Amino acid sequence: MAQIKCQNISIGYDKKPVVKDLTFSVNAGDYLCVVGENGAGKSTLIKTILGLIPTVEGKIEFGDELTKKDIGYLPQQTVVQKDFPATVLEVVLSGFQNRMGWRPFYTKKEKLEAQENMCELKIDNLSKKCYRELSGGQQQRVLLARALCGTQKVLLLDEPVSGLDPLATKEMYNLIKNLNNDGITIIMISHDISSAMKYASHILFVNQTPFFGTKQEFKNSELGHKYTHFVGGCTNE
Amino acid sequence: MSNIFETFSYYLSFPFVRYALIVGVLISLCASLLGVTLVLKRYSFIGDGLSHTAFGALAIASVLGLTNNTLLVLPITILCAILLLKTSQNKKIKGDALIAIISVSALALGYLLLNVFSVSSNISGDVCSTLFGSMSILTLSSGDVWLSIGLSLFVILFFILFYNKIFAVTFDENFAQASGTRVELYNVFIATIIAVVIVVAMNLVGSLLVSALIIFPALSAMRVFKSFKAVTICSAVFAVVSSLLGMIVSILAGTPVGATIIMVDIFGFMVFCVLGLALRRKAK
Repeated sequence: MAQIKCQNISIGYDKKPVVKDLTFSVNAGDYLCVVGENGAGKSTLIKTILGLIPTVEGKIEFGDELTKKDIGYLPQQTVVQKDFPATVLEVVLSGFQNRMGWRPFYTKKEKLEAQENMCELKIDNLSKKCYRELSGGQQQRVLLARALCGTQKVLLLDEPVSGLDPLATKEMYNLIKNLNNDGITIIMISHDISSAMKYASHILFVNQTPFFGTKQEFKNSELGHKYTHFVGGCTNE
Repeated sequence: MSNIFETFSYYLSFPFVRYALIVGVLISLCASLLGVTLVLKRYSFIGDGLSHTAFGALAIASVLGLTNNTLLVLPITILCAILLLKTSQNKKIKGDALIAIISVSALALGYLLLNVFSVSSNISGDVCSTLFGSMSILTLSSGDVWLSIGLSLFVILFFILFYNKIFAVTFDENFAQASGTRVELYNVFIATIIAVVIVVAMNLVGSLLVSALIIFPALSAMRVFKSFKAVTICSAVFAVVSSLLGMIVSILAGTPVGATIIMVDIFGFMVFCVLGLALRRKAK
C-alpha cells in the first residue's frame, strides 16, 4: 500500500482546476521531486496534500498507517520570519504542535527529541541563537529540524534550497538525502531539474499534461529528453 | 522631593485613584501581551482601525441614549476585529486599505451622529475626551474595577496556556495549519480579545491613542531581546512600568492621562532603541 496515492485528481483554487488528471503514488522511502514551471501548480499540489485546500475533483488517499498529521512540512520562508525574535530552540520545538492537542506545554521528552533532531542537522550549537541572525542555510536547517519534530515518516519540502548559495545548497541536498537514506519519504518541490535528476527516485512533472514515473522513465520520456537536454549534462550522472 | 511623595500619598488615600492605577496597569499589561503577536504578524494597524470603530460605535450608543455603552460598543468592535483579520488573509481585498476605509468611516460617522443628534451641550468636549482619553478612569465604580481585573486575568491566563500555540501561529501560519492547529479559530480568538482590550483601554487613553499601548511595549522589547519568551516578558514589564509611571506623573502634574502614558512609552522606546544599537555594536 502506498503512503500517498492520487488517482486522476484535479487541484486548484475556488473550484477552478489548475492541474487536471494528476495521478501518482508515493511509497515509503521514495524520494519524489515535483518539478514544473512557475505557476504550473506545484505549490497548489503541496497545499492540497497538506489538506490546506480541498481537491477540485477526486481524493488523495493516505495509506500505510500514514495520516495527514504525519507529514512534516518545510514551507517557504515568509516575510514575518525575517525579523522575528525567536531562538532556534523555540522554532524547532514548535514542530511538536501536531501532537499537542490541548496540552499547553512541551514535555521533557519532546525537548530531548528536539535536541536530537538539531544534532542530526548539525545545528545543536545554535540552539540559543536568534533565528533572524542566522544565514539562509542555517535557517533552512532549523525549519527542517522543526519539520522532523512533527514526523519520522514523510517530509514535504517546498523549494528548500531557494535563495541559498551553492555550498549551502549542496549541504542541504546532502542532509535531505541522508534523511531519505534513514527511511524518511521525501517529497520535494524544486525548480532545479538537474539536482532532481541527481537525488530523486521519482519525478512528478506538473503542467497541463502531468508526467509521473521513476527517474529512468522520465529520462526516457519525450518530456525528459526536452528538459534534461535543455539543462544539459545532467543525464550522465 | 518629600513634598511630591506627600502629595502622592495624599492622592493614594482616595480609593478611586487606587482603582485607576490598578485598572490602568492591568489594561496596559493585556494590551502589551497581545501587541507582541500583532506587531509580529504585521497587524499593528488593526489596533488603530479597531479603536476608530469603537469610537463610531460609542457615538451610536450615546445617541441612542444607552445606559451601558459597552453592551453595544463591544459586539461591534469584536465583529470588526474578526472582519479585519479575515480580510487581511484574503488576497482580493487588501487588508490595509480596508482598515483605512473602516477607520475613517467610523470616525466620520461617529462625529456626524454626535453633532446631528447632540445629547449634551458640550459636544467638542465629549468628542475630545473619547478621542484622547478622559478622567473617566477616575470615576470607575468598584464593579468596573472587578470587571477589568477579571478580564485582564482571563487574557493573561489565555496567553500563558496558549503561549506555545500563539508562538506557532505567529511564527508560521502555514506550518501551524499544516500540522493541524486550527489557525482560523486562534485568529478569531485573538481578534476578540484585542477588541475587548481596546474597548476597555479606551477609558484610559482614548480611542486615538489606544494602539500605542499595543505596539510600543512589543516594539521596544524587540529592539533588545532575541527570544520570543524574553520579548513577551519584557514587553509586559515595559507596559506595567510605563503605564504606572505615566499615571503617577499625570496625577501629580495634572496632565492628561493618556497622552502622558504614551509620552513615557515613547521615551522608553527610544531608550530601548539606543540600548539595542549599543548591544549590536558590542556584539560586532
